[in-house]
Amino acid sequence: MTVWQALGGRGYLRSAWPWRSVAFLASGALFGAVVLVGIVAGVAVGAATAVVLVGLPLLVLTALAGIPVAAVERWRVRTAGVGAAPAGAHRVPDAPGLARWLVVRLKEPETWRELAYAVLLALVLWPLDALVVTFAAGVPLFLLATPLLVAVEGEAKVVKLWTVDTWPAATGAALAGGVLLLAGAYVLGVAAGARAQVVKALLGARGHDSARVAELVRSRVRLVDAFEAERRRIERDLHDGAQQRLVALTMRLGLARLDVPPGPLADQLATAHGEAEKALAELRELIHGIHPKVLADYGLEAAVADAADRSAIPVDVHLDLPGRLSQPVESAAYFVVCEALANVGRHSGASRAVVSGGHDEGRLTLEVRDDGRGGADLAGGTGLTGLADRVSVLDGRLFLSSPPGGPTLLRVEIPCRPTEPCA
Amino acid sequence: MPADRALRIVLAEDSVLLRDGLVGLLTRFGYEVVAAVGDADALLAAVAEHTPDVVVTDVRMPPGFQDEGLHAAVKLREERPGLPVLVLSQYVQRAYAAELLDSGDGTGVGYLLKDRVGQVEEFVDALREVAAGGTVVDAEVVRQLLRRRRDPLARLTPREREVLALMAEGKSNGAIAKALVVSEAAVGKHIGSILTKLDLPPADDTHRRVLAVLAYLRG
Repeated sequence: MTVWQALGGRGYLRSAWPWRSVAFLASGALFGAVVLVGIVAGVAVGAATAVVLVGLPLLVLTALAGIPVAAVERWRVRTAGVGAAPAGAHRVPDAPGLARWLVVRLKEPETWRELAYAVLLALVLWPLDALVVTFAAGVPLFLLATPLLVAVEGEAKVVKLWTVDTWPAATGAALAGGVLLLAGAYVLGVAAGARAQVVKALLGARGHDSARVAELVRSRVRLVDAFEAERRRIERDLHDGAQQRLVALTMRLGLARLDVPPGPLADQLATAHGEAEKALAELRELIHGIHPKVLADYGLEAAVADAADRSAIPVDVHLDLPGRLSQPVESAAYFVVCEALANVGRHSGASRAVVSGGHDEGRLTLEVRDDGRGGADLAGGTGLTGLADRVSVLDGRLFLSSPPGGPTLLRVEIPCRPTEPCA
Repeated sequence: MPADRALRIVLAEDSVLLRDGLVGLLTRFGYEVVAAVGDADALLAAVAEHTPDVVVTDVRMPPGFQDEGLHAAVKLREERPGLPVLVLSQYVQRAYAAELLDSGDGTGVGYLLKDRVGQVEEFVDALREVAAGGTVVDAEVVRQLLRRRRDPLARLTPREREVLALMAEGKSNGAIAKALVVSEAAVGKHIGSILTKLDLPPADDTHRRVLAVLAYLRG
């Protein structure tokens, strides 16, 4: 429930909403004043001492001031409940360390959006908050207190304009104060609601966008799943259909050759036999590339060892996995290794490669390094970009370090848990 | 090879087309196919019923189309050590070969690419070798392993590695000599050197060749 809904209801005046609104606005005025002092002091001292370099960190700190300010503002909206609580959209740094955090913060628009809000709060919003509280709550309360002041001090100055010193005037002022207080309660509610709206508009995550991003990620996951299922279907169809027929055909051709006396016919048969065998070998490689059986049956370690065996250059494998991983993870990791080894064989000029990896702290880490000439580029090859996409669907990441002159290091991290081997 | 009696074979292959073809092929070469079945359970039952001399089985079979045939073969060799088994696979992989070779002492085992049945005579030779207690591993697996230089293989000379590869294919000294175009005595010398380097000293053990191949395959 927000203050807007409460304002429409009948029990608004008797509810806690006017109190919440005034607390929200008053705390906003106080906080805004503090922010103003902080920013002015930060900029002034920072600029003054920038020449001696002490001020620069202070200026950076001031630039980051929007982050805690925004956090407090979001917290105020959430706690007072006057409007829909907005959520921030800061990025999570991809590596630990203060320096990395600083770079990410200073680079992302969210930080500057929040700083802009802090400045707006310091210059515009908090005086408005204070004004509303003063006129909608302060003045009516003062009017209500007029008789008391007259009794104690003999006179009271109403809004610094006119002096009340008679009882009838004081009673009138008190009555007016009561009416104004009731009206003010509504004004406070409206102001608090509007103020929360401002916070939400300026500090809220782009809600619509994030919903769409989530939907996009989901649809990508579905697409990859469908793609995997299709691979398996094709692999099975080729296995149980075309391959079996070709094997039967080569066998019959082989048997026929035994019965045919030497001559042109025997030569023809021999050629046909050879062709069929070649087709069979090609089909076998094709099926293996689509989805290797050993990956399904024995898991990632065996499949990577197998890929290493097939590689054109010598490959050492040091893998230490706790067991089987989920099927999409194994599949993505395997194809990353295959693509990396294919690239090593094709482009790197390396004489040796090492595949190492393990499972630690809930994530699978795989590294493929070679001693080649380097210069590989994620943007250059379509293969690696496609793999990066597949890995990112699993919330994983793919890093490539390949300075000219080498060596090249490809690293994949995928969060996952070991699974029980399926029977 | 006993000449007076045809070797009795139980065959497991789920593709009807291929099964019929294999039965024709084996019969033609003088084997007696006592049972030809289509899945792993039927294979176990048929072996229990017929106690054949040799078992020939496909790796991938119903119901799961995973590696049921391979597991059936391993199970059979646990129950009947020394039962010669020839396993046919759509493609050869070290993981499958290792599982099979670890069953029993590695003798009387064959692991071949399914395509090899097209080279009819080679296939029948391999079957004969397995039935006689030999070990036959597909040349493709051997080739893959040769690409990886690992100890103790690193100590072997290229020629010794070639000899070892041919040994793994189940070839006799004579056949190896013919393939490499060297004398049989030279092959014998190479093998002696291989056995020394692989730390397999002369002993009464008659399976030193098999042990060398296994050491090599398990890497």
